[in-house]
Amino acid sequence: MIEMQDAAYGYGAEPLLSGLSLHLAPGSFHFLTGPSGAGKTTFLKLCYAELLPTGGQISIFGHTATGLSRDGIADIRQRIGVVHQDCQFLDHLPLTENIALPLTVTSKGGLVQESNLNELIGWVGLSARANAKPPELSGGERQRAALARAIIMDPDLILADEPTGNVDWDMSLRLLNLLVELNKLGKTVVIATHDLALIRAAKQRVQARVLRIQGGQIISAGADL
Amino acid sequence: MSLRKDLLGLMRGDSQADRVVPRSGQSARLTLATSAAMAFLAVFAMALSMASGRLADRWSDALAQSSTIRISAPPAELEAQTWAVLTVLEQTPGIESARALSDADQQALLAPWFGPDLPLDDLPIPRLIEITETTDGYDADGLRLRLAAEAPGAVLDDHSRWRTPLAEAAGRLRILGWLALVLILGATAAMVTLAAQAALSANAQVIRVLRLVGARDSYIALAFVRRFTVRALTGAAVGTGIGLLAIAILPSARDTAAILTGLSFSGTGWLWPLIIPPLSAATAFTATRIAAFRTLRGLQ
Ligand SMILES: Nc1ncnc2c1ncn2[C@@H]1O[C@H](COP(=O)(O)OP(=O)(O)OP(=O)(O)O)[C@@H](O)[C@H]1O
Ligand SMILES: [Mg+2]
Repeated sequence: MIEMQDAAYGYGAEPLLSGLSLHLAPGSFHFLTGPSGAGKTTFLKLCYAELLPTGGQISIFGHTATGLSRDGIADIRQRIGVVHQDCQFLDHLPLTENIALPLTVTSKGGLVQESNLNELIGWVGLSARANAKPPELSGGERQRAALARAIIMDPDLILADEPTGNVDWDMSLRLLNLLVELNKLGKTVVIATHDLALIRAAKQRVQARVLRIQGGQIISAGADL
Repeated sequence: MSLRKDLLGLMRGDSQADRVVPRSGQSARLTLATSAAMAFLAVFAMALSMASGRLADRWSDALAQSSTIRISAPPAELEAQTWAVLTVLEQTPGIESARALSDADQQALLAPWFGPDLPLDDLPIPRLIEITETTDGYDADGLRLRLAAEAPGAVLDDHSRWRTPLAEAAGRLRILGWLALVLILGATAAMVTLAAQAALSANAQVIRVLRLVGARDSYIALAFVRRFTVRALTGAAVGTGIGLLAIAILPSARDTAAILTGLSFSGTGWLWPLIIPPLSAATAFTATRIAAFRTLRGLQ
């Protein structure tokens, strides 16, 4: 899926992340932790080519990130479902259309079954809010909508940035279960989170690796949790 | 990024895709209104060009190559002087033909003013000789001198010759009309480019979201291109309609030589303005497409 070789990234001259070497295997389940400001969001952006490495190499689905054209980036994004930390929506469209947006922009809009879409919206508990515009939603509702949008394309890779940051524990578990189910269907999942309880809960359900960003490096933190 | 795909997408339309870019009332109304105004002006530029074209043709064909000689002499000398003039004309280079109008011709000419029962024989009516010149023309001053010597009662009236510069001016006016049309299309392109750029910049966040969910630039560009093309087409259709109506109700006079009353279309000429809306749409399509791809390349 994603392969990093000594990759580095810095917003300015100073590198924020460096010496990143890892392999996200197909069907694996990863957590990404680290203090606020450590670079979790930055790491995920490198994975979906929102940012390009300033050093080393990243390959996404076998394509070198720095060598991708605009269309090439669009194409790999159609295979990656992303839950953005700041939940990016089109504020003028109702929730249903926002969730179906990845299908709309790839002209697969006609392929989505209304019932499937409704089922998905029901799954994330938003049936009652289906016609609301994103600015009318609570933070938790937006996060759930973002998760629904991330998985509607049936992506190979799901990157979720704090997907449970604003929801209660029950809903967190519900969303986690959804991601675990998808992982069992063969999808690769990466979740960035501060929530250690969520990681512990996940470990009872799935074999998850925990990556920790510390001092600009990625370290494996399996045992201490 | 293929042009063919864009054109197909444009015609097919995609109501879902149309909605991904929010409707911005201001720029939509401005584009519509400006396209309408430009099309309205284009109709007039076209009418001006066609009317002056007709005028130029008429003046240069019918008038610039003919003149008349008027012979006023006592009835006894009239016949002799007419013969003398015709002989002179025969020997003058640059004259294709000369014809003395018969009494019947003259009667017909005068009938509208004096009625059909004019006693032509009793009146000292001058004799008229109609000259058609060759394309090279003749030397009017030389001819006048010879006529003065051979037929003192003959006066050369080359009234039509002064129309040559008029015909030329009308020809220029026709070119200016077409030039105005080109300028109007250019201004439409500039206006649509600015409006499209403004719309793209105002929607930077929308474009960001679309890219995040995997939209290609061609898809995003087409959403804008389609919208501006439809606006330009609609505006231009309205403007052309109003322009045609305005021209149709212009008062028309029989004297079509007058530029003001001649400002109209004739026959199939009325069909020409119908190309203005598609032309505006094509201009808007091209301008928006170029602006969209340039702006999208610049947006990170
Ligand atoms: N566009 C940017 N320009 C400059 N600096 C940035 C930019 N985005 C993030 N940073 C900085 O990079 C660092 C890492 O940011 P990042 O968002 O990756 O952290 P994070 O681990 O996701 O934090 P959090 O847990 O709070 O979401 C922070 O110090 C942040 O201020
Ligand atoms: Mg973050």
